Amino acid sequence: MSIVPAFPEVLRQILKKPVTNLFPARYLPKSITGFLNKVAAGEATINPPVALPPNFRGKITYDRDICIGCKLCVRVCPAHAIEFLPETKTVRIFVTQCIFCAQCNDVCPVTCLHMSDEFMLADTNRYSENLIVE
Amino acid sequence: MSNKPVYTIPIGPIHPALKEPILFTFDIQGEVINAVDFAPGKVHRGVEWMGMRRNPVQIVHLCDRICGICGVSHTLAFARAVEQIAEIEVPERAHYVRSIIAEFERIQSHLLWAGVAAHELGFDTLFHLAWRVREEAMDVIEYLTGNRINYGIVQVGGVRRDFTEDQFPRIRKALETYEGLVNKLVTLFLEDTTIKLRCMNTGVLTEKDALELCTVGPTARASGLKMDVRADAPYAAYGDIDVKAILPDVYADCIKGDVYDRIVVRLFEVVDSVRIIRDLMDQMPAWPVLWETRYAKILSTCKKAEGEAIGRVEAPRGECFHYVRMNGSEAPQQWKVKASTYSNQMSWLKILQGEQIADIPIIVASIDPCMSCTDRVTVIRDGSPDVMTKDTLHRLSVEKTRRLQA
Ligand code: SF4
Ligand code: SF4
Repeated sequence: MSIVPAFPEVLRQILKKPVTNLFPARYLPKSITGFLNKVAAGEATINPPVALPPNFRGKITYDRDICIGCKLCVRVCPAHAIEFLPETKTVRIFVTQCIFCAQCNDVCPVTCLHMSDEFMLADTNRYSENLIVE
Repeated sequence: MSNKPVYTIPIGPIHPALKEPILFTFDIQGEVINAVDFAPGKVHRGVEWMGMRRNPVQIVHLCDRICGICGVSHTLAFARAVEQIAEIEVPERAHYVRSIIAEFERIQSHLLWAGVAAHELGFDTLFHLAWRVREEAMDVIEYLTGNRINYGIVQVGGVRRDFTEDQFPRIRKALETYEGLVNKLVTLFLEDTTIKLRCMNTGVLTEKDALELCTVGPTARASGLKMDVRADAPYAAYGDIDVKAILPDVYADCIKGDVYDRIVVRLFEVVDSVRIIRDLMDQMPAWPVLWETRYAKILSTCKKAEGEAIGRVEAPRGECFHYVRMNGSEAPQQWKVKASTYSNQMSWLKILQGEQIADIPIIVASIDPCMSCTDRVTVIRDGSPDVMTKDTLHRLSVEKTRRLQA
């Protein structure tokens, strides 16, 4: 046994591929937002993220046409992220408030709520169009 | 005692050597710590207050977020308390799912701690190694529940997601990985000269002190107290399998109650957790996993419930204790959370005494403190809080400018 048992392990590590996945770009761009804009414009490509597990809980999706306005989702939402709109008898979900528990998905009697795979949701404005689902 | 002067040194509330906000005040003579005091309450978030304005089905997900590491222990303790009050019978399989997740949580939490401990010793190589192998447990948890942390899997009356037969190979693969790693981890941590030098006979907590200070979990076991909620008051599926408290004598010849013993206990608990998960998987009963799939029914049952109960769970850091009182309304009338660090933190006063300044980080970390789980109050004396808010500072600043102008 060597005096420093970690040493052989470190040597082995040097030969291995790093486990860290470089995301969204392989090399740090000058500006991340600038890079993402380029991606949106189709001028650059994202270094793919690690694969999502099945049943991942990403940004919520909502099918307003089949919602019956039963308000059950509002009752079980732990984060008070769902607002009921009485005029249209539909709901509005604030994604910045949502904690991605998917409890509303389980409770909805007509399954009009689902969790998508989308997870790149960072924004400087918490009320931006992308972050309000209705 | 030498005639060196005594200095008072504060460490915290925010300090690079501490992982979470807490204020320590040390009386230091030369390099040696004469006395210690500490003031928790720096990360009080009002979790109980939020809970008492929500129904149990909502609170389970709030519980997930009491601690960033123990994503299932708090939820499990709370769910058990509510299930007792509402007399809900949890299906057998749900118990197994809960226990398996809880054991994976123990594995990842202990490896996280092992990494932090190595880091506090200045041994960053080991820190990175420990955190790399921890990823395997995180990946399995993510695969099974959908989330790496804040699993959102426990529900009042069972669990929200079942394990399917095709998921088992992935779990087995993770278990095999850890079984293959055990010897390596033990060698890397326990046979390392640096770790032995720094951890042996450091931060000693005697068995008597451990008992008198009501310590729990690995901190208590490292001092030789044979206690483990899983064995003493089995919950979930732990009654069906063989669990016993791991004491440091599984590796060392004698129990000293020092930092080294705490490493021993945690590493061998990882080994034991792997065995427990295997046992649980072998005897998993069949469907269902939720007492009632219609949430409206769960809600109305909880709403009708009256009474009080406690839920105890052996979290990775020790016993996690929830008290719930329901009085026939939507939200609980009272909800009290006692995290394991609450019981363990008083031992700091003993184990830090007489040690050197350089040992503070590792000794503080050795009980695996989790302050955000623990803090339930912030002390306000004579109407003036210890904590200055932005508004107060702003007001004081304006007042000073006015005074100078006058
Ligand atoms: S996923 Fe959870 S937090 Fe988000 S809207 Fe649904 S219930 Fe609320
Ligand atoms: S539970 Fe479903 S149907 Fe009911 S209000 Fe919510 S989204 Fe609409």
